[in-house]
This record gives sequence, C-alpha cells and structure tokens, in this order.
Amino acid sequence: MSTVLARREARRFHLFVSPWLIGFVLFTAGPIVAAVVISFMQWNLLRSPVWVGFANYERMFSDPEFWESLENTFQYGLGSVALGVTFTFLLALLLNQPLRFQGLFRTVMYMPSVVSGLATALLWLNILHPDYGLINKVLAAVGVQGPGWLASQEWAIPALVLMSVWGAGNTIVIYLAGLQGIPKTLYEAAEIDGAGWWRRFWSVTVPMMSPVIFFNVVTGFIAALQGYVLILVMTEGGPGNATMVLGLYIYRHAFVYFDMGYAAALSWAMFALIIAVTLIQFGLARRWVHYEFAR
Amino acid sequence: MFLRKTAAPAQLTSQQAERIRRIRRSGAYILLAIATVVFLLPFLWMVTTSLKSDEANLAFPPQWLPDSFHWENYERGWFGSLPFNTFLLNTVLITALSMLGNLVSCVLPAYAFARMRARAAGLMFAALLATMMIPREITLVPKFILFSKLGWVDTYLPLVVPEFFGVALYIFLLRQFFTTIPQELIDAARIDGASELRILWRIMLPLSKPAIAAICLFSFVGNWNQYLESVIYIRTTEKFTLPLGLAMFTDQYATQYNQMMAVALVSMLPIVILFFVAQKTFIRGVTLTGIAGR
Repeated sequence: MSTVLARREARRFHLFVSPWLIGFVLFTAGPIVAAVVISFMQWNLLRSPVWVGFANYERMFSDPEFWESLENTFQYGLGSVALGVTFTFLLALLLNQPLRFQGLFRTVMYMPSVVSGLATALLWLNILHPDYGLINKVLAAVGVQGPGWLASQEWAIPALVLMSVWGAGNTIVIYLAGLQGIPKTLYEAAEIDGAGWWRRFWSVTVPMMSPVIFFNVVTGFIAALQGYVLILVMTEGGPGNATMVLGLYIYRHAFVYFDMGYAAALSWAMFALIIAVTLIQFGLARRWVHYEFAR
Repeated sequence: MFLRKTAAPAQLTSQQAERIRRIRRSGAYILLAIATVVFLLPFLWMVTTSLKSDEANLAFPPQWLPDSFHWENYERGWFGSLPFNTFLLNTVLITALSMLGNLVSCVLPAYAFARMRARAAGLMFAALLATMMIPREITLVPKFILFSKLGWVDTYLPLVVPEFFGVALYIFLLRQFFTTIPQELIDAARIDGASELRILWRIMLPLSKPAIAAICLFSFVGNWNQYLESVIYIRTTEKFTLPLGLAMFTDQYATQYNQMMAVALVSMLPIVILFFVAQKTFIRGVTLTGIAGR
C-alpha cells in the first residue's frame, strides 16, 4: 500500500476512533490523573483542598475499618466467584441440552439479572428475613433452624453470596455462547474413541470451555470487588461492619462524609487489589486454561 | 449436546442405549424444573406480596398467600404520593438518549479497531481494554467534581453525555463481531468506490444485527436500572428515575411492602417483555461476537 493511502487510512482511523478517544481523555484518563492528585489532599468539596502528602495513605494503613472492609471484600469475592462460576456452569450445561421449552427455561434463569438492583434488594430482604423469610420458613418446614442471615455477623456475607448467584444470568448467557461454540466434531471423535459421558465432559467440554470459564472468573472477581450497590441498600454495611466492603467504604467516605482525599486513596487501594488479583489469575491460568489457537 | 449423542459403546444394544438416553433426559427436566422453581419463587413472592391487604401485610407471622386479591395496591403505589408517571417518563428519556448515544459512539470506533490500520491502533486498543478493568470508584470522585464544576449536578447531563463517548465493553463486543465479516466484501465495496461510512452502513451493520441487538439490550437494561450515578447526581424529586423513586418509597412506607412490590413489578415489566422478545437474537449475538474464543 502506498504511503498516501496508509496515511489516509490512519487519518480515518483517528476520525472514527475520536468519539471514544475524547471520552477516554475527558471521563477516564483525566479523572484518573485527578484521582492521583486528590489522594494527596484533604478536601471536603466546600473549602479549597489542602496538600497533605501521604497522610491519606498512612491513615489507610492504620485504619482498622479499611482492613475489615478488605477482608469482607475478599470473602464476598471468593465466595460469589467460586459458587457462581460452578453453579452457573452446571446450569448452562443443562440449558444447552436440546430439550423442549429451552427458550422459556433460559428466560427464567436470565430474569433475575434484569430485575432492577433495588427491587432485588427489597425482595431478598424478605427472603432472608430471620423469622418470616422464605428460606428460613422452608428450612423450618424440614425441621432446621435457619440462621439470622443478614442480621447475623457470621451469615451476612454468605447471604449476599447466595443472592449474587441468583442474579448471575449474564454469566449463564456467556457460558451458553461458549458451549454453542464447541465444534460438534470433537464430541463425535471422542465418541468413536469410546469415550463415555463423563470422559467427554472432562476431556472435551471442560478444556474447550476453559477460556470462557477463565473469562467469567476474571470478570466475576472484578465485578464482585467493585459491587456494593445492593449491599448499600440492604445492610448499609451492617450488622456491625460485617458487610462493609471496600466499594461501600469508598462510597461512604466520598458521598456521605465528603472526605474526597481519603476516598481517592481508598480507590487506589482497590485498583491495586484488582490488578493484583487479575495478575495472579493470569499466572494461574497457564496451568489450566487451554487455548485452541496459540496467539 | 452430549445428551443427544449419548455414548453407545459396542456392548450396549440400541434398546439399552435408548433407555439410558430417556433416563438422562427426564433427569435434565427434573433438574431444570427445580431450578425454575428456585428462580421463579422470589417473583411469585413479589406478586403475592403486591396483592395483599395492608392488614395481611402487617400480620405476624406473615401470610404466604393473600386471603383476597388487592389489585388496588398497584393503583395506590403508582398514583400515590410519589409521581411515578413522572419517574417513568424521566427513565424513558434517559434510557432512550443513552441508548442512542451508545449506538452512535460505539459503532464508529468498533469499525476502526476492526478494519483500519494506524500506528497507534494497538496502543489505543490496549487502553480501551484497560478501562474495563479500572474500578468505577477511581473515576467516581473526580467525575463528580468535574460535573459539579460544570454545574451539571441535578441535571441529566452527567447520566447522558458520557454515553455519547463510547462504552469500552460495547466497542470491544462490536469490534469482535466486525472482524468476522469477510474482508472480500469490504474490498469489493471499496473498489466500487464506496466510502467508509457507506461500507459501515450498508455492509457491516446489516450483517451485525444480532450484535447491535445485544448492545441495545445491554444498554437498555443498564440504563433503565441505573441507580448509583442517579443517586449521586439527581437531587430534585421531580427529576427522579424509577429506581430512585422506588428507593424513596421504601423510606416513606417502610411497612407498605404490598405497594412497593406492585411498583417494582410494574417498573421491571418493560425489560422482561423486551427480553422475551429479544431472547434468541440476544444469545446468538453474544455467540457470534467471539467472546467464547478469547
């Protein structure tokens, strides 16, 4: 290609990309730079900001509530990803079978994730109520005394994990897409070799799906570490600080206490956390994720 | 998939194989039925709660089924002291504008990333992917400061304007889709002298309908239910959206679960209908974009 044409193509590329590029600079890159600067300041939005150096970061490291929220975030993240990724995978396997009412079943499983976060919160407050909630009523019917769920320090995080799995319709859709992408010839070949159901599952389905599983683990963890809107509505971090996750802690400092500097510093802790977790996952991925085409 | 192609090792007669297949199929139906009940029970709870009388609502222990059906809860909730018609109109306006913004601003960059060469293209694409990893919290505070300096607080501008500047996830999704369209088609159009915009409009978009549908749905659901940024930026009650109205409802009528559930059900209705209609296109759209291959 002549350089004139190449230059014209590059010019067009920049023109076409410009909507995103401008938005990236204005709403992402700009705010990121600002967030770094703000994290070194004390600022309540009303008075002019004061440069405080590393004070916000020092405060963070000696803030027991920060460490508590970090622990809660990890528990919630690990729990919801571990349970969510396996449960939705099994569900997607079922939904991928050539059965009648397939579309109806898929819609039902997806429905919870299109319900507004707020309606979900109200609903689950009822379901998880210690005395008259649905779950504990069912448990009582079979003679089991259910826990206090959101009212108990011990069970509050497991209750939120349970709720997150119920709303994982997007994960199911992505798994379904992956399952539809596995070439049928692989199953036929395995069958000819005399592989049974179980063998085909472990030798064809799981390896072929491993990039998709990996995708869901990575994005699931990011979403879990960032998510807090439901928790904000349902428990406001309580009881005690049992459900105070990092996202909620940042939200509280920024928009309840208007402590912008500290909120920005906390945001960077979350960014570091997500990067660290993602890198660890990419490191582990080499041992179990199978790529059909080496890139 | 492996149900249909049940193993039929040589020692099994076809009759035995058929029986195994049948047992497995009914097992699948039973499991799906259980899952359906688990996934639908909360909705049934919502519906029954929305039909209870105020007394039944406050009764202790609460009743699982209403003794009589109080359809008026829907009227009382929707037309009560909170202007839900206004909230609905606001939500429709914001959702429509945001959807339009997403479509306009994601198609062009996606096409560029899929089909045009430029020196900085790789770097920009890496930056695009990285923005998907950055927690919202990092940009939340500076964005709030930016928008309050611009005087945009308590307007819809912070909710709508950024939607016209591309969403990384949608650009990536569309880009994956565009890359599957044969290059010969584009080359032929170029030889015929078609402009890039014309190629995009006449070739890429028609062939990418499922992906466009998927993005429309993602965008619709996301904006319809958008809560966090509305809570931060919208202050005046008349400007509230449905999620904000629902939140206020719980503050004012903490015990009126029946009206609350009625309004919640009504406000999620458009999405459920949309999903019922778009279900097939939606799943196909995701399949073809190549998320699976990543």
